[in-house]
Amino acid sequence: MAKSLKQRLAILSDAAKYDASCASSGTQRRDSSASGGLGSTEGMGICHAYAPDGRCISLLKILLTNFCLYDCVYCVNRSSSNVERARFSAEEVVWLTLEFYRRNYIEGLFLSSGIIRSSDYTMEQLVRVAKDLRTLHNFRGYIHLKTIPEASPQLIEEAGLYADRLSINIELPTDQGIEQFAPQKHPARIRRSMSDLSLKIEAAKEPTLKTKRRQRFAPGGQSTQMIVGVDGATDATILGSSVDLYSRFRLRRVYYSAFSPIPDASSALPLSRPPLMREHRLYQADWLYRFYGFNVAEITSVRADGNLELDIDPKLAWALANRDRFPVDVNRAEKEMLLRVPGLGTTSVPSILSARRHKRLRLDDLERLHVSVRKVRPFIMAEGWSPLRLTDRTDLRELFAPKPKQLSLFG
Amino acid sequence: MIRLCLRGRGDLAEWRDAARALLRAGVGPGNVEWQVRDAGADLFGLADDPLPPADPALPAPTVPSAFLTLADAVICHRDPARFALLYRLLWRVQGERALLSIPSDPDVARAEMLEKAIRRDAHKMKAFVRFKEMGAPRDGRRRFAAWFEPDNFIVGRTAGFFQRRFTDMDWIIATPKGSAAWDGQTLTLSDEPSEKPNLIDDTDDLWRTYFAHIFNPARLKVQAMQSQMPKKYWKNLPEADLIPDLIAGAEDRMRDMIDREATQPRPFHYRIRERE
Repeated sequence: MAKSLKQRLAILSDAAKYDASCASSGTQRRDSSASGGLGSTEGMGICHAYAPDGRCISLLKILLTNFCLYDCVYCVNRSSSNVERARFSAEEVVWLTLEFYRRNYIEGLFLSSGIIRSSDYTMEQLVRVAKDLRTLHNFRGYIHLKTIPEASPQLIEEAGLYADRLSINIELPTDQGIEQFAPQKHPARIRRSMSDLSLKIEAAKEPTLKTKRRQRFAPGGQSTQMIVGVDGATDATILGSSVDLYSRFRLRRVYYSAFSPIPDASSALPLSRPPLMREHRLYQADWLYRFYGFNVAEITSVRADGNLELDIDPKLAWALANRDRFPVDVNRAEKEMLLRVPGLGTTSVPSILSARRHKRLRLDDLERLHVSVRKVRPFIMAEGWSPLRLTDRTDLRELFAPKPKQLSLFG
Repeated sequence: MIRLCLRGRGDLAEWRDAARALLRAGVGPGNVEWQVRDAGADLFGLADDPLPPADPALPAPTVPSAFLTLADAVICHRDPARFALLYRLLWRVQGERALLSIPSDPDVARAEMLEKAIRRDAHKMKAFVRFKEMGAPRDGRRRFAAWFEPDNFIVGRTAGFFQRRFTDMDWIIATPKGSAAWDGQTLTLSDEPSEKPNLIDDTDDLWRTYFAHIFNPARLKVQAMQSQMPKKYWKNLPEADLIPDLIAGAEDRMRDMIDREATQPRPFHYRIRERE
């Protein structure tokens, strides 16, 4: 019996939820006041709802179809899985996007697909949805398209014309991991596609000689996703791989997705799942690399095994391992060093720099800047405050780490 | 002591006019009592004291543009002390030119906190307004209505966002703190409290389906959800009444996924693999 639109929506959202990205920020600013159409992007992304997994719902994130020729072990849609299959027509996705958008449920569409027939055929379908939204319906909301690595350059070109963001998932942090768990995917080709995208995105930022106008190509850049905990890669390997991607292909984001139980899982998957905290620590480390001036080796060399601490965050772990760099004087230290103080961040550091031009800061001044004085106190000097022996205390870690759970005798 | 009553519904002009006159007359912040006019105040005959005349000996007041931006947001806050806070800042900034760049100053810190609350309130309005369709299109335009309950008087400053985004449809956003309506030509604002419209939209059912199925039961993080989508918003979100059951069933669903034996692939899998 044919499945209703609602039944297929259920299947194809279930199939899409393992892609972590839902970002709708970082593209050009535009709206419909001149066109009289529908949709806008005004810089900041908007999360229109949150699911009980704590994740932001910003986009209608669905697959065009979850039929797939590939058999990637970790994937809910692999060809050997027995999950229910379904398919939308391009018109149905267009309709759902517009109707959801009009009710202000979403910022736009994140469309991906299982590979059916051929890479080009699949990519053509995705591009058609984006093209119809833009050209037939005057839609100016956000569009994120998954690109199929093997698709032809003309299709990618067209995708970039209509989409805000394009992405190709690298899937696993090492080439061996990809070959083992995603046998139909080819790491070299994935990187080649990312490199092509990055060149096109950069080229489109330059005004052309002929027209002096910028061409449109994925103004929101490209992103990718890595699954954590399927292969044996350490955090140092994972983050090293991210840095490589950030620097070579200028990715906007690398998403980390702790592999989680899926319906009808393959027996080739590891039995234990990584703790969700590991994913969280990877994001924190990624942030330290991108916005706090840390390099990855500093963050991942705290432990001998190349993994991040789970019970304390990577910035605190670095500070505890580098106590000779503290205390930092909030009234004199350079911005770079202030950013390295556990408890100070990219919001509070500019406030401190601004305020200290006019007065010497005390702890209660920091409190008014919404700094947690309890957290920063051991690491800083301020007017009327120096931490004395605090940075040398051997139990400093215990002041921050969560209380260890007592082992149960009967566990 | 000069007592002034303002409507206090997010309109900067009424406060600005009064504040400018007080400043020109040299009335210090300690000599003004600001009040919010409400129905009760009118009944008891509370009225503005007349504004004092300008003192020609005083220099012309300076108002940095950063102050106006800050005041434009802070005035929308429901805190009854906002008028006095802004006047104190305005008074001080005449002598302390750098005041606004000292975020650790108690008055500046308080004003920035109110400004942040306004930004957050407006952001949540952009996120959580839910339009419902009102019957058939009229004159070729589809018509929608929404009910939203903001904490502060932010409808006016947020309406432009909806106008720029939902340009090709008619809409009205009704709230207890005013309303905004767009008909393709004119944006109409009101600061009068609105009634909650009673509308049913079938598309909400598809949205609820999406919400339930994009949720991953193996990653339950209720705190993270609630810190971003506090319960006070739930009653106007069509998807929110699904949340308790999704949370309650999550652990069983996850255990079921982990415990289930691996299955045999279907025939099409083998056909595809043979072709490789």
